[in-house]
Amino acid sequence: MSVPRYWREIPRRYRLIGSKCTNCGRTYFPPRNVCRECGSKRMEEVKLSERGKVITWAVIYDPPRGFEKYVPYIIAIVELDDGTRIMTQITDCEPDEIRIGTRVYAVFRKIREEGESGIIYYGYKFKPLQ
Amino acid sequence: MRKVAVIAIGYTKIKEHWNLSIRDLFTEAAITALNEAAIDRVDALYVGNMASGYCQHQEHLGALMADYMGLKSPPAVKIEAADASGGMALREGFQAVASGLHDFVVVGGVEKMSDVLTSDVTYAIAMGADQEYEAFIGATFAALSAMVKRIYQHKYHVSDELIATLPVHCHEMASKNPYAQYPFKITVEQVLSSPFVAEPLRLLECSSPGDGAAILILCPLEKARNFTDTPVEIAGVGAATDTIALYQRDDLTTFKAIIEAANMAYKMARVEPGEVDVAEIHDSFSITGIISLEDLGFFEKGEAAKAIYEGEVAPGGKIAVNTFGGLKARGHPAGATGIYQAVEIVKQLRGEAGKNQVDGAEIGLTQNVGGVGGTAIVHIFRRLR
Repeated sequence: MSVPRYWREIPRRYRLIGSKCTNCGRTYFPPRNVCRECGSKRMEEVKLSERGKVITWAVIYDPPRGFEKYVPYIIAIVELDDGTRIMTQITDCEPDEIRIGTRVYAVFRKIREEGESGIIYYGYKFKPLQ
Repeated sequence: MRKVAVIAIGYTKIKEHWNLSIRDLFTEAAITALNEAAIDRVDALYVGNMASGYCQHQEHLGALMADYMGLKSPPAVKIEAADASGGMALREGFQAVASGLHDFVVVGGVEKMSDVLTSDVTYAIAMGADQEYEAFIGATFAALSAMVKRIYQHKYHVSDELIATLPVHCHEMASKNPYAQYPFKITVEQVLSSPFVAEPLRLLECSSPGDGAAILILCPLEKARNFTDTPVEIAGVGAATDTIALYQRDDLTTFKAIIEAANMAYKMARVEPGEVDVAEIHDSFSITGIISLEDLGFFEKGEAAKAIYEGEVAPGGKIAVNTFGGLKARGHPAGATGIYQAVEIVKQLRGEAGKNQVDGAEIGLTQNVGGVGGTAIVHIFRRLR
């Protein structure tokens, strides 16, 4: 991945910046220019909730290139407390600790690295609230 | 709008074709179809393909394939919509003939996936997902579908055993078709003891990549009988899209794009789901196929797996499904799949489908999905008397 392509997404991936429709109030991650719900183009940036609950999840055993050393890892769809949905890895727990509805919160983690001298990708993961 | 017919088909067996390049595969299938049709010109070529850019570093497939087929410089273009590329190429060809722009159109699908390693195939296929917010975090299509399976089972209380009946059915069908990639039977026990690819989805619930090419030749219905005794009409088409990212949808147990595409196609063909005799559905994963059977209107939500168990999708049942083995057992050469589906329906409606022939089949349906429901396309075919 080129440096600019990684760099331009940093606000979203590091700080969960999304967007909110100023007309109907629906929130999105990542930000959009047009609301899917009401069609309004009046969107504003918004910091999304850092807590939410697991809607569904899977445990990956057959990874894409670059994720081999993390196997098995958990990915989930999480609904944040403000209603926004996000896809994320779930970290710092075993798969049998996750249920539909498990409460989770955002943490900052390494996602993967690109070889010996390439970019190290960082971003959000979520972990269960104790 | 003019009526459109399929007048010829061609296809290769799906397997790892180590000795054939992507252009060899396509031209082999195309020559079979051109020989059958015996037309003296091709007005346009549409090539469905998903991943040639990644797997072969080859784009510009339209011109490449037209050249190697020996065509006289027709307009030619690659159509890409993840694993719905083939279905979308067929739609483009249909539109070209129906509109009156062209008379003789070749639509094809091709995918050559054995040129890269398995982890690269997984990566290439994941390009049909949201790169920045799904693939970036390590999601795969199997994982996305596994998440759908989990929430579907949570909502409808359908067991692993019942869901496993779809791949078992598909292999049963493929065992009678030498052109399928995996022409052998499997059991529910084998499905449930195969390793997890992305828990809760197991290996034998997942379609696998393959190399293959399939071709249809289309022309105006009014001219079709000059070229074949058994033309098949494309009576309805429908296509729709949804959020490419699975997580942005409110309901994960139904694919809105499938419902919308199907409704369009049924309406255009003036056909009800209950009138369809034979269908080729998009079982990229067991759960995808099961949800498709429901969203196409063949079974109530939560009921498809039980219907499969009760034999309702076998030839002679309520509706014969995936008589070529489906994506699971015919093989899933991504961008070619939509055309392979149409090839099987044309064979069924001609009465040439061999051991899995459905007696008196008159109306057939194909349903091709890109990604996890980001694109859906449905075609309805009718036998002409």
